[in-house]
Amino acid sequence: MRDIAVVSVAQHQEKALTHTTEVELMVPIINEARGAVGLTQDDIGFTCSGSSDFLAGQAFSFVHTLDAVGAVPPISESHVEMDGAWALYEAWVKLQIGGVDTALVYSYGKSSPGSLRDVLSTQLDPYYLGPLWPDAFSLAALQARIMLESGTVSDQRLAEIAVRSLNGAADNPLAVRSSAEATAESVLAEAPIADPLRPSDCAASADGGVAVVLAAGDRARELCERPAWIRGIDHRIDPHQPGVRDLTRAPSAQMAAVNSGAGNDRLDAAELAAPFTTQEHILELELGLRDGTAINAKGGALAGHTMMAAGLMRIADAAAQIHDERADRVLGHAASGLYLQQNLVCVMEGE
Amino acid sequence: MSADPSIPPAALSGEVSLPEKLADVEPVRSVRTPIRLEYDFIPGSASSGYLNAFADRKILGQQSPVDGAVFVPPRGVDPRHGAATPEYVELPDTGHVGGFCVTRLPIPGRDDLEIPYVSAWIHLDGADIGFLGLVAGIDTSEVRMGMRVRAVWKPDDELGRTAENILYWEPTGEPDIPVTAAGTNAWHAKQAAAGEQG
Repeated sequence: MRDIAVVSVAQHQEKALTHTTEVELMVPIINEARGAVGLTQDDIGFTCSGSSDFLAGQAFSFVHTLDAVGAVPPISESHVEMDGAWALYEAWVKLQIGGVDTALVYSYGKSSPGSLRDVLSTQLDPYYLGPLWPDAFSLAALQARIMLESGTVSDQRLAEIAVRSLNGAADNPLAVRSSAEATAESVLAEAPIADPLRPSDCAASADGGVAVVLAAGDRARELCERPAWIRGIDHRIDPHQPGVRDLTRAPSAQMAAVNSGAGNDRLDAAELAAPFTTQEHILELELGLRDGTAINAKGGALAGHTMMAAGLMRIADAAAQIHDERADRVLGHAASGLYLQQNLVCVMEGE
Repeated sequence: MSADPSIPPAALSGEVSLPEKLADVEPVRSVRTPIRLEYDFIPGSASSGYLNAFADRKILGQQSPVDGAVFVPPRGVDPRHGAATPEYVELPDTGHVGGFCVTRLPIPGRDDLEIPYVSAWIHLDGADIGFLGLVAGIDTSEVRMGMRVRAVWKPDDELGRTAENILYWEPTGEPDIPVTAAGTNAWHAKQAAAGEQG
């Protein structure tokens, strides 16, 4: 196995990008990530991105966004209709195969032009669930009810997770929802929007993008004073049909954590891409996170959830803590699909 | 589960066993699941500038900060380099046909369009790439690469922030420019020369 590291990250996120196309969003982010380590596109061996046509409302929307990369002379490129964390995985595999030493990974999501809670219904099967058009909040509330009634979580615990995000995001300029004053009491006083879920249980929807540069071996050491070395990365999937799953669990998250060696040593920080407090609770348990690990110190995905980029943003947030020596060993997590159906875990270390 | 793994389950072998009361019911052969999603698109910064000016009969392009190439319509970026293009350039509404095709099939929703019609890459004077437009006011058999054209605009009181402002492009009657310099040929020759010097 080659040693591969995240050497540079850049991201932007806000509540709604009302004057910016996806291309205009990504030009400065990609240039910032490449420029911070002195690279131009000519120096990049492989480029991979993640986005969704269902958010953009048009087919092959990702080919437009390549305008932001600069594809002259023609580049080696790929795309996944997934969160950018899976694009990072593909780039990691490409670097493992060899032949290239650097990769640019980016993803973005602008859900503000449509109704995200309805767009998400298109990921359901088209025969049984899809025609019912259950919206994303209602589906999550079904899971929350099962968790509360079965005693796997309490109202109080969910409120504490919401408060951790709200307080942590208070000094994070990329967060779209924050509150230094929020308490479990104030969260519990909120009227539910999809009973039993309260507004603070549901991630604040955002528009944004993120870019990451990967490099292998000595190239990474040349480019970055303290590379975030990827020591383990794995992604797993549970069945699509929610009826066959125990909705209080996410076995794919646990397996990804085990396979990436998350529990082999102390973790200083974990960045989780959970779109609901209920799912953040499940992840903490499945990933085996223990006291001493700072979870979503800047608010995480709950404080601003950019569809298709929330996972890669978490990996970028985790890597940045290695780069500036705030942490020595971190975990970045990404999720996709209904009820945390797919999970990716990326464990990174400094030297 | 079958005890003998060499015997496939009924579902895989194509035999379906139904309860007796469903025996004569017509099988479901397809399911219709209509999807309707609505989006409010925004043109973004570069296109907003273009469309606003377009309503005043002005055509704006943007200039590459790398080599000064002019792109119209502007998209906020030089896609060759991924470089932002904040500088607008005003362009004339004259240019030439860089490439064209004669279409003899009607377009759904465009009953007003008489066939055959000519769609063409219009290369404005001062622009380095072309954009799509209709060519009219000339017999389709006489349209050619390098032919000089000018825009025919809608009346001023019908102008809006839309690409529909230009009805079509008509010949100016000026001499053609040589095919070797038409379309992106001149630009690519210039770039190749610059590359050799570099």
